[in-house]
Amino acid sequence: MARDWETQEHDVIVVGAGGAGLRAAIEAAAQGVSVGLICKSLLGKAHTVMAEGGIAAALGNVWPEDNWRVHFRDTMRGGKMLNNWRMAQLHAQEAPDRVLELERWGALFDRTKDGRILQRDFGGHRYARLAHVGDRTGLEMIRTLQDHAIHQGIDVHMETTVLRLLKDGDRVCGAFAYRRDRGDFVVFRAKAVVLATGGIGKAWAITSNSWEYTGDGHSLALWAGADLIDMEFVQFHPTGMVWPPSVRGILVTEGVRGDGGTLKNNLGERFMFRYIPEYFRAETADTEAEADRWYTDKTNNRRTPDLLPRDEVARAINAEVKAGRGSPHGGVFLDICARRPADYIKKRLPSMYHQFKELADVDITKDPMEVGPTCHYVMGGVRVDADSGASTVPGLFAAGEVAGGLHGSNRLGGNSLSDLLVFGRRAGFHAALYAKDRGGQLRVEPREVESLAREALEPFSRAGGENPYAIQHELQETMQRLVGIIRTESELREAIGAIERLKERAGRVRVEGEGAYNPGWHTALDLRSLLTVAECSTLAALERRESRGGHTREDYPKADPEWGKVNVVLRRKDGGIALAREPLPDLPAEFQKLLGEPS
Amino acid sequence: MPAVTLRVFRGDAAAGGFRDYRVETEPGMVVLDVVHRLQATQVTDLAVRWNCKAGKCGSCSAEINGVPRLLCMTRMNLFADGETITLAPLRAFPLIRDLVTDVSYNYEKAKQIAPLRLKPPEADGSYRMMQEDIDRIQEFHKCIECFLCQDVCHVIRDHDTKPVFAGPRFFIKLASLEMHPLDTRDRIDAIRREAGLGLCNITKCCTEVCPEHIHITDNGIIPLKERMVDEFFDPVVWLVRKLRGTPKAPAS
Repeated sequence: MARDWETQEHDVIVVGAGGAGLRAAIEAAAQGVSVGLICKSLLGKAHTVMAEGGIAAALGNVWPEDNWRVHFRDTMRGGKMLNNWRMAQLHAQEAPDRVLELERWGALFDRTKDGRILQRDFGGHRYARLAHVGDRTGLEMIRTLQDHAIHQGIDVHMETTVLRLLKDGDRVCGAFAYRRDRGDFVVFRAKAVVLATGGIGKAWAITSNSWEYTGDGHSLALWAGADLIDMEFVQFHPTGMVWPPSVRGILVTEGVRGDGGTLKNNLGERFMFRYIPEYFRAETADTEAEADRWYTDKTNNRRTPDLLPRDEVARAINAEVKAGRGSPHGGVFLDICARRPADYIKKRLPSMYHQFKELADVDITKDPMEVGPTCHYVMGGVRVDADSGASTVPGLFAAGEVAGGLHGSNRLGGNSLSDLLVFGRRAGFHAALYAKDRGGQLRVEPREVESLAREALEPFSRAGGENPYAIQHELQETMQRLVGIIRTESELREAIGAIERLKERAGRVRVEGEGAYNPGWHTALDLRSLLTVAECSTLAALERRESRGGHTREDYPKADPEWGKVNVVLRRKDGGIALAREPLPDLPAEFQKLLGEPS
Repeated sequence: MPAVTLRVFRGDAAAGGFRDYRVETEPGMVVLDVVHRLQATQVTDLAVRWNCKAGKCGSCSAEINGVPRLLCMTRMNLFADGETITLAPLRAFPLIRDLVTDVSYNYEKAKQIAPLRLKPPEADGSYRMMQEDIDRIQEFHKCIECFLCQDVCHVIRDHDTKPVFAGPRFFIKLASLEMHPLDTRDRIDAIRREAGLGLCNITKCCTEVCPEHIHITDNGIIPLKERMVDEFFDPVVWLVRKLRGTPKAPAS
């Protein structure tokens, strides 16, 4: 197989073409620089397409009382105050403009009676805040961005996977990648690189994430010398499908609960009332009667505990199942047909209706769904400057799920799509400025590229060897069993050992066939990033000896105020990964006051 | 459930043919699960394109027993016991390898469609749209770009019309812009000349294979054809246009 490569040159390259990558590319192109957009899949297929419920933005169309301060407060409380406050501020302030911009680019959100953008209730949001299109908001968002982007002079490189970032001294100068259709290598030379690669969910067995989510951007950044933060915080979405086995993990939107669905155990109890944490007690209904009244009178009643933040609901479902009160296939029941008529369900939740009907033979307008937690999102990621998305490596930027900080220890539903738009735009803008300001000839070292190409092709020539799919499968089972919703020191240590052994075996992987569109080879290449993020997440989980948000330690079940002041930081050191605890940015007094207000 | 026989196309543009494989199955599986099991256990380099495995991204399009379908939304219990399941790549597009085709034709067509040209906002700077005015276009926006409709369309499949024919996916794209309350372009001329709508003879094959159940023909193509007829072949409209000139901006 050919070890040579083609070279592409752009001022800015954006790695990843979901919501954040597309928005970054559009903004960079608008600044007049040349932009290359690299997608691991075909354009328009990135994970954003699967987002269902909506985009959180304090437009105030349904509740005029809503504003960015309330959204900021909800986001910080949802993340148990571990959020980067400046990111949470920018996010809440700019999300409405980003949503209206999508509308001007052709997006058609569901409407209020007076013709404005309708907003729906979601967990942890004080007011109905999510702009949405039924339960396929992500599709509307990615298609709108895609159709806008293709007219902005951006070069799109589809089915191209970045394997390593290239550096000239301290500075990033491009990326080494391979094209899937031919199996050929490409060197992208660039003055600035934006990572928008999404998450790491494919390291777990039960996940809502698509095949692309192998932690590529997290690993590329770490290998290039950037800091990662908060990698212990992994969100298990409370409601994934649990049956049949082959669809286990597919997402069931929080919109089901936002639109009137309630969780029940096998005794028919609405068990969430038993799991209201002190932290949210003042704003949550404590009787079924009050919760029921809330659906029609939100001014005089508190919200149902079915809509507590995701970490709370996922732990509650986990506990119900462990206590033997689960559904036949190991989940709990999610019932919307008891409250809403069939027409309403089909109009508001068409994909859910379709998905259960076609994949599970369940008619959700007549019967409850069976649901259970599924690995959904990583709060942690590349440590970035809040305003610019710049990482700690010069020339390297990150936005969206691959960046850390905004969501703290737990993300609220709806805050991801808005994150992609707000920080995608910011990263694209600042990457373009950086590329313009820092000209000069950057050097790509041919010997380095040669060695990367040789390394990538090694699996074809090894004798004997391991099956890449088997290693991937074992890693997923390991993470599911030992680094799941509830963690404990002995299991985390066991996971570290298992990952170490899998890393050794991954070094002996052998693949068959040729380079062109070879999924076995691709899986072998992905293993490097998948194992890296699994290790990062496990190390950080072992380090944080408390429970907070998406990180629950059986051996340290309470939140510890001291741990609430620090991020766990991971960075490359001497060929390994070094851990540090570093203080959060100081919260200005004006925001402290805002957060201290009773709800 | 017992093992099944999958008859899978293997090969590339140069050479290829069908090969049979026995694969174990379990209850509830979709065809993509069986393909993945085949990949993981027997044919590690079997090329198949997929992403979400939830019917939302439209990547895993193929021809199953001759019918264009999504591999991830086709349940195994659809087939009779002992039935051989034949998997072939989309026939209308150039083959890359095994079940993967080069669908770049569709991306080229998408680029040729002029983007939305926005009308001025309301006095308060906002845009208002009524739900009933966007219901039909929201149906078109459900499209996941699986390109099954493009694959099954005989104008594309059986005739060499790619340069002059956009195909059903892009007819509903054009319809969604033509009917968009905020768009100011007159697209009918482009729909006739560049997209080649006249070549479609409404056999509804596209509607039949759409996994999103979009009424491509009835709600998209036929209304566009009616607008085209009104604009180009109605003698009264023709005369009015001759006398007044074309009021709306052209599409490109």
